[in-house]
Amino acid sequence: MIPAPFDYVRPTTLDEAIRLLAANGDEAKLLAGGHSLLPLVKLRLANPKILIDLSRISGLSGIRQEGDQIIIGALTTHYEIESSELLKQACPLLPETARMIGDVQVRNRGTIGGSLAHADPAADLPAAILALGAELRLTGSDDERWIKGEDFFLDLMTTVLKPTEIITEIRVPVLSGRFGTAYLKMPQKASGFAIVGVAVWIKVEDKACTAIGVGVTGLGAKPFRAKEVEKKLWGKRIDHTFIDADASHVDHGIDPLDDIHASAPFRAHLARVYTHRAIQEAVKRAGVSMPSR
Amino acid sequence: MPVSKMVGAKVKRREDPRLISGLAHYVDDIILPNTLHVAILRSPYAHARIKSIETDAALKQPGVVAVITGAEIRDKIGLIPVASDNPSLRVPKHYVLAVDKVCYVGEGVVAAVAEDRYAARDALDLIRVDYEPLPAVSDPEKALAAGSPVIHSEWPDNVAFRWSLKQGNLAGAFKEAHKVVRQRLVHQRLAPIAIEPRGVLARYLPGEKELTLWSSTQIPHLLKTQLSLMLKLPENHVRVIAPEVGGGFGSKLNVYAEEGLIGYLALKLNRPVKWIEGRRENIQTTIHGRGQVGEAEVAVKKDGTILGLQYKVIADIGAYHQLLTPGIPPLTGLMLSGSYKIPAIAMEITGVFTNKMATDAYRGAGRPEATYVVERMMDRVAQELGMMPVEIRKKNFPKPKEFPFKTATGLAYDSGNYQAALDKALKLAGYEKLRREQKKLRSQGRYLGIGLSTYVEICAMGPSAAMPAGGWEYGAVRVEPTGKVTVLTGVSPHGQGQETSFAQIVADQLGVDLDDITVIHGDTSVVPSGIGTFGSRATAVGGTAIYQAAEKVKEKAREIAAHLFEADPEDLNFSEGRFSVKGVPKKGLTIQQIALEAHMARKLPKKMEPGLSATSVFEPSNFTFPFGTHICVVEVEPQTGRVEIKKYVAVDDCGRVINPLLVDGQIQGGIAQGLGQALFEEVVYDENGQLLTSSLMDYALPRAVDLPHLDLARTETPTPVNPLGVKGVGEAGTIGSTPAIVNAVVDALVPFGVTHIDMPLKPEKIWRLCQTKEPAQARGGR
Repeated sequence: MIPAPFDYVRPTTLDEAIRLLAANGDEAKLLAGGHSLLPLVKLRLANPKILIDLSRISGLSGIRQEGDQIIIGALTTHYEIESSELLKQACPLLPETARMIGDVQVRNRGTIGGSLAHADPAADLPAAILALGAELRLTGSDDERWIKGEDFFLDLMTTVLKPTEIITEIRVPVLSGRFGTAYLKMPQKASGFAIVGVAVWIKVEDKACTAIGVGVTGLGAKPFRAKEVEKKLWGKRIDHTFIDADASHVDHGIDPLDDIHASAPFRAHLARVYTHRAIQEAVKRAGVSMPSR
Repeated sequence: MPVSKMVGAKVKRREDPRLISGLAHYVDDIILPNTLHVAILRSPYAHARIKSIETDAALKQPGVVAVITGAEIRDKIGLIPVASDNPSLRVPKHYVLAVDKVCYVGEGVVAAVAEDRYAARDALDLIRVDYEPLPAVSDPEKALAAGSPVIHSEWPDNVAFRWSLKQGNLAGAFKEAHKVVRQRLVHQRLAPIAIEPRGVLARYLPGEKELTLWSSTQIPHLLKTQLSLMLKLPENHVRVIAPEVGGGFGSKLNVYAEEGLIGYLALKLNRPVKWIEGRRENIQTTIHGRGQVGEAEVAVKKDGTILGLQYKVIADIGAYHQLLTPGIPPLTGLMLSGSYKIPAIAMEITGVFTNKMATDAYRGAGRPEATYVVERMMDRVAQELGMMPVEIRKKNFPKPKEFPFKTATGLAYDSGNYQAALDKALKLAGYEKLRREQKKLRSQGRYLGIGLSTYVEICAMGPSAAMPAGGWEYGAVRVEPTGKVTVLTGVSPHGQGQETSFAQIVADQLGVDLDDITVIHGDTSVVPSGIGTFGSRATAVGGTAIYQAAEKVKEKAREIAAHLFEADPEDLNFSEGRFSVKGVPKKGLTIQQIALEAHMARKLPKKMEPGLSATSVFEPSNFTFPFGTHICVVEVEPQTGRVEIKKYVAVDDCGRVINPLLVDGQIQGGIAQGLGQALFEEVVYDENGQLLTSSLMDYALPRAVDLPHLDLARTETPTPVNPLGVKGVGEAGTIGSTPAIVNAVVDALVPFGVTHIDMPLKPEKIWRLCQTKEPAQARGGR
């Protein structure tokens, strides 16, 4: 568990960090909380020549409201998200999801930007990011861009990030009116990562679902938004038919992961069960009163 | 034992302040000047021929002092030892570093020695080993099949040994039986995972010709003997120290390659040498536990009387033997009678080589397997006969008056009252109410399961005649001239808390303050002899030696006091650490005052040796047999396969209790590990022998959040085997818990027609079983 030799730099500005990234190309890795990177480095599964520690760059962490958006700095820790009063009020899906990541030590170190950039197929936060339709601000050497969460993840641990780009902020909507959210997962027993995790956000007006987001993690090579499920429920009246709607198409077009912890068919089954349950829970939390059956 | 103040008291562990404040010294905390560090290049293949090894580039690296291959040292270090008297045993040459070929993933191939740990590790990346991969076999049943790759070409097949036991009229039992119930049972491989991995530090003093080896071991004295043999050093020039040891669970009851290697390197290089195991190495190359696949058959009468039991088992040995590898499966055989009268028992073991790490003793070591077989089969038989699990158990228990109870496997259970423990547990759990609740919930489509395990186990190892390397234990008690008491023990506690419990024993015997007693262990130059800590023996055997030594000290003190008072020794009272003349309470001397007199030695009885100290070696006449009942209540969710433990009750009887806190702690920790086996722990190799669970990201260890509240209670049936009445408790929790949990889950799934599930009971397995059949709601509670 001893890493190969590497250089370590700790820039104090974003410009400097991007310059270092540009100068070192593939040899460089950004270090935020380090809870995904350092185990890989210690096992020599990743052998970066230089680690660029982002921790001393000011302005990269914190949670603030700007109009109908909440802006979260990329270096904001899972614990900060979990315990943010602002998020608990305005976007409770994120604290609920963050609370289910790893353990206290991991949540104290791990960051939202680090988790998204690492793009572990079983990480928790991407499910919530996708359900909420969040956007990521990617800052590069020449320009910067906002990209939707659903366009960010490409494949197993692969994202649209260019070699010289850093995730600097994530913005999520302030949820208003009548809404409900839920994140449910079956954790992999050893690591705590999701065998399957499903995040749901649902907006309710006049007892109808006027918007819905369903984000799924753990099932496939990348987290994804279950658009088929959303399509089926969008605009529908919320009644027993709604909450009993089967989620059998959640894995539509997805090639489920298959490993010693869960086979592909079991993962697909769990995705259906958890999608169904997360929708039910979100509806319940939205306070929709159901006629008794 | 007389009425006491300390024994039986809830004394907090005296070890804990140093442990929880980071002041303890584990091997890695011992810093010697000029120390070299070792990293070991390990085989990535399960089975391969080593064609060539290129080490020049590594040797040229700055900081690298030596790079050693197996071929270079094969004649310099002896083979890794195995203790066994089984005549059928095949012992492949087990070198400290592989020679010519590797037989499992993680087998050591090259050692790099450098000025620091980083340089040593970096050097490994510069070593080139050219391997020719060979066909591998990891499944023990496939390893036995015709056409399997043969791992050790000295022999025609992969059979490592055979062992059998047959007592009673088995053929008659099966002929007479109303029913014969058969079940295949799998005991998956487990990794012991002590929090502190292994570690070795060695220093050789060429002037004094003394090798000192610090090792994270449970058996410093046995290691000293083996090390002197491996390194061909006179044993009286070898000192082994087990400093603070962060858990063992049997995994450090061994002699490992690295102990020989690091000792050798210190001798060769004349500098201190250190190796600290990483977690991945720990899972790859520290022994595994369990690993049995068996077929059990039980012959039973219509009324539930068990007539006979047969168990044929394949034991997954791994590629080589470690110290006790072939000795573990026979322990399963010895305990196959469980807590029942079974007149005819037979067991056949086939030990099989596989391209995997060796199996050996892991908490319970053979007994969890036996208990699982017996307790699972009792439930299977009950289910077949339409009996309740409680009834079939009660029917077959030996009665208290039948003790010592002789089993068909040749053991004599010392003492017991199995029904009392069962009744107490049933009452605590509210068993009848639980069954009613189960029935009610089933009608609502919820699946509650209630599982029982009425276990007995074998402890206090043991009579030397039945042990591979001595079963006695050494103890010494010395009252220093200043009145402080020093206790030496040959056992080697590594978490059990005997610095506390042994002090309690001595405090009672000598009437001195606990704070005035120090318990020393783990250093072969300070404690002259010993066997070690394993087999739940430390208190029953080592504690008895201490007790007897303290008795001797007290008697010597009495003689000295009598001499000083010019009284008859019989005319002295002893109370609160003070001898006084009967009828003249003012005329008295404390143990401390007597110790000083003994040390000054001016007024001692004629021919008495100076000093107030005594040693004792206790040789037990039998094992002890703790027992108890564990009851587990689970709810299973068929849709996801998740198991929730709703209630857990354990009534354990470990004989006399010295310290209830320590006993509870052992039971709690034991249940945690038993639960791990039942529900999720598993060392997984793929069919090519690649280890798929080589980190704690993939090997699921139980955590605090996985444990339900544990309702713990006891019955207390002292053993006649030792004067303390102590049986032992280190492994009981692990042994008793696993079948209770599995029985509970199977019980929950009865409506789905489930009769058995192999461990670990992971959600997917349960979900699949629930897919095959619609639940039979109407059947209700069993």
